Amino acid sequence: MAQENQELDRAVSGEYALGFEIDIEEDKVPPGLNEEVIRFISKKKEEPDWMTELRLKAYHRWLQMEEPHWGHLEYEPIDYQSISYFAAPKKGPESLDEVDPKILEAYEKLGIPLEEQKQLAGVKVAVDAVVDSVSVKTTYQEELLEKGIIFCSISEAIRDYPELVKKYMFSVVPMNDNYFAALNSAVFTDGTFVYIPKGVRCPMELSTYFRINALNTGQFERTLIIADEGSYVSYNEGCSAPMRDENQLHAAVVELIAMKDAEIKYSTIQNWYPGDEEGKGGIYNFVTKRGLCEGENSKISWTQVETGSAITWKYPSCVLKGDNSVGEFYSVAVTTLAQQADTGTKMIHLGKNTSSTIISKGISAMKGQNTYRGLVKIGANAEGARNYSECDSLLIGSECGAHTFPYLESKDAMGQVEHEATTTKISDEQLFYLRQRGINEEDAVSMIVHGFCKEVFSQLPMEYAVEAKALLNLTLEGSVG
Amino acid sequence: MSQTVMNIKNLHAKIGTKEILKGLNLELEEGKVHAIMGPNGAGKSTLSKAITGHYDIEVTDGEIDYKGQNIVDWEPEDRALEGIFLSFQNPVEIPGVNNAYFLRTAVNAKRKYEGKEELNAAEFLREMKKLVEELGMKPEMISRSLNEGFSGGEKKRNEILQMMMLEPDLIILDEIDSGLDIDALRAVSEGINKMKDGKRSFLVITHYSRILDYIEPDYIHVLKDGKIIKTAGPELVAELEEKGYGAIEEA
Repeated sequence: MAQENQELDRAVSGEYALGFEIDIEEDKVPPGLNEEVIRFISKKKEEPDWMTELRLKAYHRWLQMEEPHWGHLEYEPIDYQSISYFAAPKKGPESLDEVDPKILEAYEKLGIPLEEQKQLAGVKVAVDAVVDSVSVKTTYQEELLEKGIIFCSISEAIRDYPELVKKYMFSVVPMNDNYFAALNSAVFTDGTFVYIPKGVRCPMELSTYFRINALNTGQFERTLIIADEGSYVSYNEGCSAPMRDENQLHAAVVELIAMKDAEIKYSTIQNWYPGDEEGKGGIYNFVTKRGLCEGENSKISWTQVETGSAITWKYPSCVLKGDNSVGEFYSVAVTTLAQQADTGTKMIHLGKNTSSTIISKGISAMKGQNTYRGLVKIGANAEGARNYSECDSLLIGSECGAHTFPYLESKDAMGQVEHEATTTKISDEQLFYLRQRGINEEDAVSMIVHGFCKEVFSQLPMEYAVEAKALLNLTLEGSVG
Repeated sequence: MSQTVMNIKNLHAKIGTKEILKGLNLELEEGKVHAIMGPNGAGKSTLSKAITGHYDIEVTDGEIDYKGQNIVDWEPEDRALEGIFLSFQNPVEIPGVNNAYFLRTAVNAKRKYEGKEELNAAEFLREMKKLVEELGMKPEMISRSLNEGFSGGEKKRNEILQMMMLEPDLIILDEIDSGLDIDALRAVSEGINKMKDGKRSFLVITHYSRILDYIEPDYIHVLKDGKIIKTAGPELVAELEEKGYGAIEEA
C-alpha cells in the first residue's frame, strides 16, 4: 500500500516547465514601501496627479489595516519592506518593433504569439503582454478600436481615458476592500483595461499574459473591464514565473462591470511557480476579483483553472444588482507538492430573480491542501433569487487534504438555494479498471482527473481548454515513464 | 493435444492478512472454455484478481505462467497488453470519462504495443457503432460517461463490447450472468461465442450453471477453500446441480 502511494506521488509531481528566466536588463526600485516609492511608480507611469493622490490615499488606508489570516493557509509572515514594488524591462516599449527580442522569444516559448500574423491555434486572439510591472505589447489594438473597443494597458487607460477610469476604478472593489486590495490600489503597476461599447460583440478573444521575471519583485496588476449595454466579451488571462527559492508576492485586483443585457466571460489559467515539494519558493497569490452585474439581464461568468502558486487566496465574486442578472463560477483548483489553496466565490444576490451557479472542483495530491470557501448571500429585495452550488473534491494519495466551507446568508425566505458537496478519493477500483484495459497508470490518473474536471473545462474557450488540459497533465503526472 | 496458454502452479495469495488461495493449480488450454465453479467465498474472484494483478492481492507463493512467462510481478496494464482481459463482476463508474474516448485509448494502447498503426477517431467509431448495434446497446452509450448510471445489463454489455474491440487472447468472465435478464444474457453470450476462434481461451467464473447453457464449457473446475478440488468435463455441471458443492470431495 505504501509503495502504491509512492507511485501515485510520482505520478502526480509534475515538473514546472515555465520556470526559465528572461535575461533582460530591468529597471527596478530598491525593496521597500513608502510614499516616495508610490510617487516614483506613479511618475514612471506618467500618471496625472489625481491618480497619484488616489494611490497615496490607498497607501494610508493600507497602513491602518491588518493582513487577514482567516484562510486555511499556513505561511511565513510576508515582509512587505523586502519586496521591490516596481521592475520594468529597460528597453522601453515605445514602439511595437522595439520590444526586446528576448521578451518576444520568451513569449514564444510560453506559446503566446505577440506578432499579429501568428495566431494561437489558428484563432485570432488579442494579447496584452505584461512583464513584471509593465505592459510590453498589446496586439490587434487598431482593429478593435475600429469597433470602438478599447483594449490597452491600464497605464495607457489612465492617461488616455481618464473619465472611464475615474468612474469605474474602485467602484466594484473599493480601495479599502481588504488588505491586499488596498496594497494593490497603492502600488498597482500594470494590467489590462477593456471597454466594449453599447451593442458590440467583441469579435475575438481578449487576453493578458502576465509574467513575473525580476527577482524579489512583487506583481500588482490591476484589470478593469467594462461591458456597456448589450455587449459581449470573452477575456482570458494566463501567467507564469521563474523557479526561485524565495517566495514572491502577487496581489492583483480585477473589476468587471456588466451593464444591461451585457455579458462578460472571464477565464483564468493560473500557473504561477508553485514552489517545490518541501514548500520552498513559489508565488503567494492574493487576489481580489469581483464583477458587478449592474444592469438587468446582465451576466458575468468566472472560469478558473488554478494549478500554480504556493499559496492561493482568491474568491472571484459576482454582485447581482440588476434584476434577472446571472453570476457563474466554474473552478478547478489543483494543489500538489506543498501547495495550499483557499479559493471559492461570493454570489451576492441583490436584484429580483437573480440566479447563480457555483461549480467547484478541488484536486489535492501529495501534500497539497485545498479549501473551498464560498458565500451565497440573498438580500432582502432579491425576490426569486436562486443558487445552485456543487463542490467536489478529489484526493489523490493520503497526505493531502480537502476542506469545504460554504456560507449562506439569506434575508429572503423565497430564495432557493441548493448545495451539494462530495469528497472522493481517486479510487483503486477506477485505476485498476483502466489499467486492466491496458492504459498505463499515468494516463489512467489523467483520464480520471479530466473526467472529474469536465464540467469546468467545457466552459473554457476551445483553445484555452486544450491548454488547460495539457497543463493539468503536466502538473499532475510529469515524471512517470 | 492443445497448447497450454496459462499454467497456475501452487498459487498462494492473500488479501490483507487473510490467505484466500491456498496452493491452487490450474492449467488453461488454448482455444478452450474453462469454467470455474464453486461456493461463495471459495476464492473465485480472488483468482481473477490474482491473474490480472489487482493491488489488493498479494501473491505469497507459486507462479502464474502465461505464454511461457511468470507474470506474478507484472503491472496490470502489461498483463492486459499481452492479451489478458477481465470482464468485471461490478464494473466501476468513472464520471466525466466518455465511453468512446476511453475505449479508443485502450484499443490504441494495445495496437501501439503490438506495433500496429493507431485507429483514428472515424475508423474507431465505425467499428464501435457496429458492435454497439450487434450487442443491442443504445447508440447513446457511445458518448455517455463510462458505466455512469448504466443499468446492470448495460454494464455487462459494455464489458463485452470492450472485449470484442480489444480482441484479447485470454478472457476471464467474472460472474458475467449476474444481474442479467434473459435478453441481455442472450446478447452477451452471443458476443462471447462469436469470439471463439479455436485459439482464444476463456475462463468463466460462475456460481450458477445458467450461463453454461449458453457458453458451452470444455472443462469444469471446482474451486473450494482456495484450491481446485476437481476437474472434469461438462457432464460435471449436472452432478453439481443435483448434489451441490458439498458433495464434491478433493480428488
